[in-house]
Amino acid sequence: MQGAESSSFASPSTSRYTCLSPAYLHDVRRGMARVLSRLYSGGASYSGSRRAHSFAFGRFAELSAYKKMLYGTLGAAAVAGGCLLYALETSEVEASGIDLHAPHFHWPHSGVIDAFDHNSLRRGYQVYKQVCAACHSLKYIAYRNLVGVTHTEEEAKAEAAAIQVQDGPDENGKMFMRPGKLADYFPKPYPNDAAARAANNGALPPDLSYITLARHGNEHYIFSLLTGYTEAPAGIELRDGQAYNPYFPGGALSMAQQLYDEGVEYEDGTKATVSQMAKDVSEFLSWAAMPEHDSRKRMVIKAVLYFALIYPVVYYAYKFKWSLLKSRKSQYVLLPRPRNRFNPPTSTPSSSAPPSH
Amino acid sequence: MMNSALVDLPAPSNITHFWNFGSLLGVCLMTQIITGIFLAMHYSSSIDLAFDCISHLMRDVQGGWLMRVIHANGASLFFLAFFIHIGRGLYFKSYVLNMTWISGVTIFLMSMMTAFLGYVLPWGQMSFWGATVITNLLSAVPYIGTPLVEWVWGGFSVNNATLTRFFSLHYLLPFVISLLVIVHLTFLHEQKSSNPLGLRLGSDKITFHPYFSLKDLTSLLLIMFMFMMINYTFPFSLMDAENFIPANPMVTPVHIQPEWYFLFAYAILRAIPNKLGGVMALLLSILMLIPLILQSSMKQFNKENQKNMFFWFFVMIFLILTWLGMKPVEEPFLSMSIVSTFFYFSWFFI
Repeated sequence: MQGAESSSFASPSTSRYTCLSPAYLHDVRRGMARVLSRLYSGGASYSGSRRAHSFAFGRFAELSAYKKMLYGTLGAAAVAGGCLLYALETSEVEASGIDLHAPHFHWPHSGVIDAFDHNSLRRGYQVYKQVCAACHSLKYIAYRNLVGVTHTEEEAKAEAAAIQVQDGPDENGKMFMRPGKLADYFPKPYPNDAAARAANNGALPPDLSYITLARHGNEHYIFSLLTGYTEAPAGIELRDGQAYNPYFPGGALSMAQQLYDEGVEYEDGTKATVSQMAKDVSEFLSWAAMPEHDSRKRMVIKAVLYFALIYPVVYYAYKFKWSLLKSRKSQYVLLPRPRNRFNPPTSTPSSSAPPSH
Repeated sequence: MMNSALVDLPAPSNITHFWNFGSLLGVCLMTQIITGIFLAMHYSSSIDLAFDCISHLMRDVQGGWLMRVIHANGASLFFLAFFIHIGRGLYFKSYVLNMTWISGVTIFLMSMMTAFLGYVLPWGQMSFWGATVITNLLSAVPYIGTPLVEWVWGGFSVNNATLTRFFSLHYLLPFVISLLVIVHLTFLHEQKSSNPLGLRLGSDKITFHPYFSLKDLTSLLLIMFMFMMINYTFPFSLMDAENFIPANPMVTPVHIQPEWYFLFAYAILRAIPNKLGGVMALLLSILMLIPLILQSSMKQFNKENQKNMFFWFFVMIFLILTWLGMKPVEEPFLSMSIVSTFFYFSWFFI
């Protein structure tokens, strides 16, 4: 429409523009100057930004020798600095320690939509119960948590019933012992921290509920620690009851090696090697720290499906609405100044009224 | 009013997806408030119960783990959007909208404070020691430093009173931030949005709806999808391992460090050997954003290629400082922190 109006403006033969006064033409010229000055400033800034982009993306050959040398040196310094940072970040040894970082292993639950290996979880529970539970608590895990994960409900009830839990008070005000129920939490090996320290040369065996999240390296670290016992190198002295493990910060660990081949007899007949047991108990402890893990991974699939349905619709609507704006061609039209009481004509107008716009 | 603010609002037609982070920040704030209200229903601000409450929430409350990871990682998304929003403002010189800029910096400071208070609430090792280190910075204030710290603690160390008041403030401040957001938007709509060309032309404006509502929704959906993917697949990757150990005042972690979004300021703090100097540098690392409004009015990009290059140098320094903040205080990281701090502040004077 603007274009059509513009072309009709250029045709003074129409009756609408037969009465152009000099004052009106003067205003048009002033308006044109105004628009041109705006166009100039806009164009200048646009070309400035183009220059900035061309600087970022190329035209290196057009630079002077001095600038080439400067930018080349800066680029080389940036690359060298990046390499140095990468080397520092990936260094296995820090100046503040001599510990080994646990290598990364592929776990059954590592993938984006991979769930835990529940056979492994069940075996891991067996390792925990027969080996770890002697010293380590798992205080945030209840027997009900095992249902549908490692055991059936009946099996979990039987596991719970195998422990004695203090309850009460009864009608006589006395505490009493009863067999465990599904709602009961795993029993603690020691009544309190002081007793735990007293039984372990002053070291407190940590609770294992969050152990894979509470250690740098997560389950990789747990597996490496359980399989990483070795002789202490020369120069490192261990106190009584301590063992050397290069994955443990400082190396001196108050827990001796606990896993040995055939240390447990798996119900499913899996051969109980040290690495198999370490893998199973690490997997079990990962589940203990993240019992919501499998639900999370299921939600990945749901989220992807919903996103795949919704996003194309929204993106299409966005592109559809913007298509007119993106494909438009701007044309600056010279509009005369509106004539009203704020803009009185500079000279006496002709007999007819000024053209409307 | 809603119509003029969200529907018929005239907006420059040429603003890019970088301008979408403002609305993303608004969505983040609302998400944090809503999830936070749900979390507060199951939280007790007692030092004996706080850690167990979080564990209970993660394990026993229906959907509690989702609320918690959205809230915890939502803070990271919030600050990531903040950094991009501020970085866009720096690159395109949005600070010429002086009142909008000042209100934005105030929101940023308040959000940092709120995030710090929230980080203390799980009462893990890093919560406790982070609170101890950061609140101790107040002791650098001359003459009244020690009483000031004890007043903040509500005792002679970080204790139950500290946790209770931190929880109270953490609940309160987001509503103050919401009010500040309204102020920020009011100034923005009064002073009008900046645009990539730096033009002040009043022409070529289009209505906010449907153009920018759809544009914002497009990037919002994409970012939220990626955010939820992180929540579903690696929800604990941004959390410190130490914070899965209950707070223990008798055991100090080997490396005490804040969340990733504070690491640049933390590196600046540690780079200054003097305590008061470090605290001042820490504050100035944010407050230096305010004097930018004194720079000359909106310039075009003529002959500013070097300035653009310096901006990316500043971004690089920011990233290096973030990386240095998580490194132990030893060489070569210490020297690198000092040099990077120097370059960080130099940028504001270029």
